Amino acid sequence: MSFALKDATQEKVIFARRAYLAAFCVIGLFVVLAWRMAFLQVTQHEVYASKSENNRVQLQPVAPIRGLIFDRNGILLAENLPSHSLTLVPERIDDIEQTLALIDTLVGLSDDEKASFNKRLKQWRRPYEAMTLKYRLSESNIAKLTVNGYFLPGVQVEAELVRHYPRGADFAHVLGYVGQMNEKEKKSLDAVQYKATRRIGKVGIERYYQSLLHGDVGYQKVETNAQGRILNVLERQSPKPGGNLTLSLDANLQRAAMKAFEGRRGSLVAIDPNTGGVLAMVSSPSFDPNEFVNGISYKSYNALRDSLDKPLFDRASRGQYPPGSTMKPFIGLGFLESGVTNWQEGVEDPGWYKLENDERIYRDWKRTGHGHSIDLRQAIIQSCDVYFYEMAFRTGIDKLHPFLSQFGFGQNTALDIGNALPALLPDRDWKKRHRQRSWYAGDTLNLGLGQGFMLVTPLQLATATSVFAAKGKWHRSRLVQFIGSEPLVEETRPEDVIINNPNDWDRMSRAMEGVISHYKGTARKLSENLSYRFAGKTGTAQVVGIKQHEEYDSEALLERQRDHALFVGFAPVETPEIAIAVVVENGESAGRTAGPIAKTVSDYYLASLKSKVANNEQ
Amino acid sequence: MSGDFSRQLDDSNMRGGRSLWQKIHIDFTLFALLLLLIFCGLFVLYSASGQNMHMVTRQLVYFTIGLVIMLIIAQFNPRWFMMAAPWMYGVGIVALILVLVMGVGAKGAQRWLSIFGVFRFQPSEIMKLAVPMMLAWFMASKLLPPNIKTIAQALGLIFIPTLLVMRQPDLGTSLLIAASGLFVLLFAGLSWRWIALALMVVLAAAPAMWYGVMHDYQKQRVLTFMSPETDPLGSGWNIIQSKTAIGSGGIEGKGWQQGTQSQLEFLPERHTDFIIAVFAEEQGLIGVIMLLVLYLLIVMRGLYMASRARDSFSRLLGGSLIVTFFIYVFVNIGMVSGILPVVGVPLPLISYGGTSIVTLMAAFGVIMSVYTHRQI
Repeated sequence: MSFALKDATQEKVIFARRAYLAAFCVIGLFVVLAWRMAFLQVTQHEVYASKSENNRVQLQPVAPIRGLIFDRNGILLAENLPSHSLTLVPERIDDIEQTLALIDTLVGLSDDEKASFNKRLKQWRRPYEAMTLKYRLSESNIAKLTVNGYFLPGVQVEAELVRHYPRGADFAHVLGYVGQMNEKEKKSLDAVQYKATRRIGKVGIERYYQSLLHGDVGYQKVETNAQGRILNVLERQSPKPGGNLTLSLDANLQRAAMKAFEGRRGSLVAIDPNTGGVLAMVSSPSFDPNEFVNGISYKSYNALRDSLDKPLFDRASRGQYPPGSTMKPFIGLGFLESGVTNWQEGVEDPGWYKLENDERIYRDWKRTGHGHSIDLRQAIIQSCDVYFYEMAFRTGIDKLHPFLSQFGFGQNTALDIGNALPALLPDRDWKKRHRQRSWYAGDTLNLGLGQGFMLVTPLQLATATSVFAAKGKWHRSRLVQFIGSEPLVEETRPEDVIINNPNDWDRMSRAMEGVISHYKGTARKLSENLSYRFAGKTGTAQVVGIKQHEEYDSEALLERQRDHALFVGFAPVETPEIAIAVVVENGESAGRTAGPIAKTVSDYYLASLKSKVANNEQ
Repeated sequence: MSGDFSRQLDDSNMRGGRSLWQKIHIDFTLFALLLLLIFCGLFVLYSASGQNMHMVTRQLVYFTIGLVIMLIIAQFNPRWFMMAAPWMYGVGIVALILVLVMGVGAKGAQRWLSIFGVFRFQPSEIMKLAVPMMLAWFMASKLLPPNIKTIAQALGLIFIPTLLVMRQPDLGTSLLIAASGLFVLLFAGLSWRWIALALMVVLAAAPAMWYGVMHDYQKQRVLTFMSPETDPLGSGWNIIQSKTAIGSGGIEGKGWQQGTQSQLEFLPERHTDFIIAVFAEEQGLIGVIMLLVLYLLIVMRGLYMASRARDSFSRLLGGSLIVTFFIYVFVNIGMVSGILPVVGVPLPLISYGGTSIVTLMAAFGVIMSVYTHRQI
């Protein structure tokens, strides 16, 4: 092996040949590259140009600003406050655990926030969609996150308007609240309109007027980078903000009513008989609706849900109670209307009542009876049961039911309270269908006292009282007074209650006034410091569901077996401005619990009306 | 025709002034072409880095270092390379083994060797020069065209470093190192029968590679190459975005610093491996063709210079280095434009990064040396 043997010339020739070949190959491959580039840049230019444009320019929906809600005096009940939340795009984060740990050391994360985030992380979602980790960042937290932004790719602080209820628990049941849209709701709503919307009304007014409060979605053409950060807004079609609502509710009256309920379970509904506008609608106890806006923690939610007091339950429109003696004014009118009696006829009340051919004894609430000659007026004032047994028996269910149903019992007559329950006004049909028994005379007697099968909601009771106060003139109860500046239109309403002798409205009102002003009246306590004419009727309803032999151990349970106390009333008698229905659960004595609450509310409202008139005159 | 071509390139050399350039062992034509390419590269980098002047300045420093190294290496007589070849090869192999044993890694691969904890380097970069040198030294000492025994020994010399680099794992670099060695064999006159046989063996071995040797991430790259649309937001993202960048550039391009794909950060690795997509988006097909022509001129000039070297060693070494340079260009542009799978190969002298620049400029120093040290 030596260099001497090598043929240098031949080697040079071989190399030259191969070099030429290499040159041709190189040229050929360069042509391939040029051809490939020309294919992409000329032949397919259109395709990629539009792809690039789509990359760069995105049509983004812009959520409209939700309408505000005011009370009748312009006090803000629902507003939108700017809030900063922390969002993550998981696809852009290499190590989520580490990122979460860093965020935790920076701004602190609660166990709930972590658990909720990890749970949502496992669920299906659109890729590259930002997920919210923490709501309501403080200024200092925003600063900390911004400073450390470099170490947190895929993490952003987003500003958005978030619903806030400044009156908190006072209006939780009436207004309801907004909450995160769930998948089911997303499917049922207009996909275009709700493209940018995160929260919708879940209950109450927020739900009933959802589409009106929502407004119309807007659009903006934006230039974004690959991280989805907006660099430039190219075009914008602004969203149309949702309509504002002015309610007939009076925020301060509501507060006064809430305060009057302090520590008690129950409900109050107050209605202006001249318009049907609901002035106050209370369900006690209540909860803070603001907790639900950003997703309530499991712990707090479970506590609310499992509470024996059922704070989440809207007693005003969904609580069903036997009306008891509060039905007597309505039923009494029914007796007169059916012609079975008149104002003069007196009935003897020994403390009990017995039907012919029936062994059963129907007792009066007063064991010793109310006396020899109890007429309708005294039967209302003293709440005499025997009188009503007798007259109910004479009238019969077939006349009683249609008359009572004229006042809206057994139906949801409210104009804009969507989830109100119809409760129950029983008749022969109902009993056959639901109890598989025919209607007995005893059932009529029970109905005559507002007991038995009959159930009402506080809202129904207040509506009926309001119609009564307006002498049969119907206005459907409504929460909203104005949508924007347009008054809420009542397209249909039940027929007015017309009675043969219109004087009976006045006589019955005066009898109800006697409940308070007469020395034998069941609510005579309310006459103290009364500066106007107040008509009312008390009622008690037995608590069903817990039977005699069940456990008695717990003090709380024992308390919960007491009768419910009810009260209906309106004032002033000559020109009614407010009609009220009150239910105090396990309140026992209507005169001592439900009555005073009604009086507090009535006092407050009439005083505020007076000062308003005084202001206007000045 | 080919004679005309080489004469033209030779003539352009004359204009540079023989005496001064010859004295410092620099070929003016190649030098001018390289400077032009570097100059273009800095402009592209400025735009691709998002107007990052700091990055451009550092790249300029790398180029200065590279040019100095080229100048120094060009002064050596090719005899020195011949003498150094076995030593460089030996040291390179040891370094590669050390990398596998005690290397410093990033992203699941061990490619770096740390010396005294101060200075870090990639032994595989040495092999990019050492393997063609070793092969040229070996082949030049044999009768050419080579016989079976010589071929077998040469393949052994190529196989060892290739396998070591593949184990790091760095598939792209290992294939390029293997290619630089194989080009020496081709230039030495490897017969066509062997070439055909080798091609068939490669095709037959492909399935074995797939199931036996390749890592999951490498398989993923090949799958993505086959159909990037199957995973548009994951591993297909790069190639879809780079094709979109190139295609949307059209004939005239969107203008310097006006490429939305790159400026809005849709394009990943836009200042390193995918920089040609930025260039194609902003300068259009016209710019791309001009850049390709510039690369073509450099390769042609390099081939001519290698063919004019004085002995087999110089010719084989020069030829192999310049064709390897071309392969870098082809693989990079091919990968970015979607006709080759994604392997991490930078675009020579344009992509950001000091290591690649220094190695390439050293290779050009060798080519300068073998051309300027011939006896006329």
